[in-house]
Amino acid sequence: MSKEPVAVVGIGQTKHVAARRDVSIAGLVREAAQRALDDAELTWADIDAVVIGKAPDFFEGVMMPELYLADALGAVGKPMLRVHTAGSVGGSTALVAANLVAARVHGTVLTLAFEKQSESNAMWGLSLPIPFQQPLLAGAGGFFAPHVRAYMRRTGAPDTVGSLVAYKDRRNALKNPYAHLHEHDITLEKVQASPMLWDPIRYSETCPSSDGACAMVLTDRAGAARAPRPAAWMHGGAMRSEPTLFAGKDCVSPQAGKDCAADVYRQAGIADPRRDIDAVEMYVPFSWYEPMWLENLGFADEGEGWKLTESGVTELDGDLPVNMSGGVLSTNPIGASGMIRFAEAALQVRGQAGEHQVEGARRVLGHAYGGGSQFFSMWLVGSEPPAS
Amino acid sequence: MPEILKAPLVLEFPFTRSLGPVQSAFLTGLRERVVLGVKTGDGRTLVPPVEYDPVTAEEIRDLVEVASTGTVTTWAWNHEPRRGQPLDTPFAWVLVRLDGADTALLHALDAPGPDAVRTGMRVRVRWAEERAGAITDIACFEPYDGDETRQTSGRSGEFENMATGIVAPARLDYVYSPGRAQTDYIHALSEQRTVGERCPSCRKVYVPPRGACPTCGVATAEHVEVGPRGTVTTFCIVNIKAKNLDIEVPYVYAHIALDGADLALHGRIGGIPYDQVRMGLRVEAVWSEGGRYPDHYRPTGEPDADYDAYKELL
Repeated sequence: MSKEPVAVVGIGQTKHVAARRDVSIAGLVREAAQRALDDAELTWADIDAVVIGKAPDFFEGVMMPELYLADALGAVGKPMLRVHTAGSVGGSTALVAANLVAARVHGTVLTLAFEKQSESNAMWGLSLPIPFQQPLLAGAGGFFAPHVRAYMRRTGAPDTVGSLVAYKDRRNALKNPYAHLHEHDITLEKVQASPMLWDPIRYSETCPSSDGACAMVLTDRAGAARAPRPAAWMHGGAMRSEPTLFAGKDCVSPQAGKDCAADVYRQAGIADPRRDIDAVEMYVPFSWYEPMWLENLGFADEGEGWKLTESGVTELDGDLPVNMSGGVLSTNPIGASGMIRFAEAALQVRGQAGEHQVEGARRVLGHAYGGGSQFFSMWLVGSEPPAS
Repeated sequence: MPEILKAPLVLEFPFTRSLGPVQSAFLTGLRERVVLGVKTGDGRTLVPPVEYDPVTAEEIRDLVEVASTGTVTTWAWNHEPRRGQPLDTPFAWVLVRLDGADTALLHALDAPGPDAVRTGMRVRVRWAEERAGAITDIACFEPYDGDETRQTSGRSGEFENMATGIVAPARLDYVYSPGRAQTDYIHALSEQRTVGERCPSCRKVYVPPRGACPTCGVATAEHVEVGPRGTVTTFCIVNIKAKNLDIEVPYVYAHIALDGADLALHGRIGGIPYDQVRMGLRVEAVWSEGGRYPDHYRPTGEPDADYDAYKELL
C-alpha cells in the first residue's frame, strides 16, 4: 500500500524577538499553534496528535516541557510526543509528524517547535565544564569558524562571500514581519565593517538569539480537500545522522547531509536540484554555511557554491533564491529554527509568503542541521500533490 | 591497570521564567496571602491555576480566590530533606485540596512524624514571613483543627506591582567518570605523552581515545603513542574573551593533527604572532608546570606540511 500524501494546511509563528517577557512558555507555543489552526480554519478538536520539539533540555531548565505544555496545545486525551535532535530538531519534529500522517496513523497532526532563549543560556548549555577535559577554547562560533576557513582553502572562495550572504539575508528579513532582526539601515559596508569575532567569522555574519515558536498543521488528502487555502504537499522528507567527530569526517560537507538530500531528491523525483527546485530555505547560522550547504545539497559542484552566492543567484530575485525569510541569520529560536525553514518552504509553494514570496515557486526545499553538523533533516514541498 | 578517574560534577544554572497572566496573578496573590484558582469551562476550580482548559483547550482567565485551609488527599513522608526543600526537618509531602478548589496542590506539611499525618486530615497554609511572589511564599502547610473555613476576600487576580517572573535554579549533582580509555589517555598526558587507540577494524588512530571506534562500532584497546609534533590543519583567530578562560585575545584556536593520529585535536597556538599562523604550520606541545594538558602548541621551525598531507584531517 502506498503512503498517504501529506499536506501542510496551516502555518503559524510568533513575531520572533530577543525576549518575550509577556508570555510563559505555554503562552508562547499557544500563540504559534493558534495561528496555525486559524490558517487551517480548524479547532483543537480537529487535531488527532501533537508532535513538539525544542533544543536540548538544559538550555531551558525544563526537563520535560511536553508534560507541562499538554493543555496549552490541546493534547489532553491525544498522543503527544517530543523529538530531540539538537539544532535540527524543528525539521525532524515536522518529519515525525508528517510520517504519522503518511503512515495513516493519524489524519491531522499539529507539529510545533519553540525556544525561549532569553530565559536560558544556550552558550552555557553548549559548554559545560567536564572534569578532566580540556575546556573548549572558543564559543559556538569558534567551533564552526575553522570549518569555514577549511571551506575557503578548499574552494579558493574570496573572503567577501560571507558578507554577501549576511547582507542578503538581513535585507530579506525586512520583508518578513515575523523575522527577529529588522536592520532597516543595513548596508554591505556595515556588514563588512563589523567586528571580527572568530576570524574568519564577523559579528554581522552570526545569528541572533531569539524567543519564538513555529507550528504547522499537517493532514491527509481528505484534510487537504477541506482546507480553505492552498496546501503545500510533501514530495520527499528524510533525516540522517553521523557522529560529531570521527576519523575521516568531512566537516565542510558532511556525508550525512549529502545522503539526506539524495534520499529526498529520490523520493521527489528530482534529477537535477539546481534545475528542478525553485528556492531553498536552509539552516545558515553563520553566513558561510550558505555556499557550503549549496554544495552539500547538490545545487553546485564541489568548490562552486560560493559562485552562486557571489553572482546573485541566491538573491530573492535570483535564479535560486536562498533564505527568503531572512534565514537563521535573522531569526534564531534554536529549537524552532529548523521548523521555520520547513514552514517557509511550505509558505512559498502555497503562495503565501507575502513580500518575500518567490514568484512561481512550485518546489521548495526546507533544510535543517544540528549538533556538530551531525543531524540533518530536510523536506521538499510542492504546490501540487505528489504523483502517486 | 590504573584506577579509573572519577570526580564530582555539579551543573547549575539560574533559569528565569516569564509567568504569563495566570501564573503572574497566582504568585502575586501568594505574596498578598491570597490563593487563586482558575475556573474551567465545566465549572471546576483548578489550584494551582493553568492558562488553558485541560478539557476544551480553551484559554481560561477567570481567577477566583479559594480558602487557605484544605484537606490532605494523599501524602508521603520525607525522612531526609535535601537542600532547597521547603523544610529542613523531616516532613510530609502532601497534596492539599484547598476549600473551594477541585484539584490538589503539592506542598510540604510540617508534622512531628508520619503517625501524625493521614489522608483526609485538615490543614492550613503557613505563610512565609517574607513573601516575594513565589511558591515559597507558602512556607508549608500545618495541621489545623478549626472547623470553620476562613472567609475569602473575593480577590480576583488584580494586584499592584504584579510579579512577572521567577528564577528557577536548576542543579544536577553527580559523579562523573571519563571511563577507561580517557583515564589511560590522561595518565599518559601526566608523563607528557599523547597516547591514542587504534581501531582493530579500520586501523584509524583516535586521539583522544574513546574506547570504541565511532565508525566501526567496535572496542579499541591497542595503544598508539602519537606526536609529539603535528600539523595545524585549520584554525580561527578568537577576538572575544570567552567566559571562564583566562587567555588574552586575540589568540589562535586550532585543529592540530598530531603525527600518527587520524583526526585532529584542539589547542591554542603560541610562540608566533597570531596573524602569522597558517594552515599546514608544524607545531609541538608546550607543557606548563602541573598542567593536565599542553598549555599551547608552538612552531617547530620545520617547513609547512603540504596541503595534500593533511586535507583529510581538517
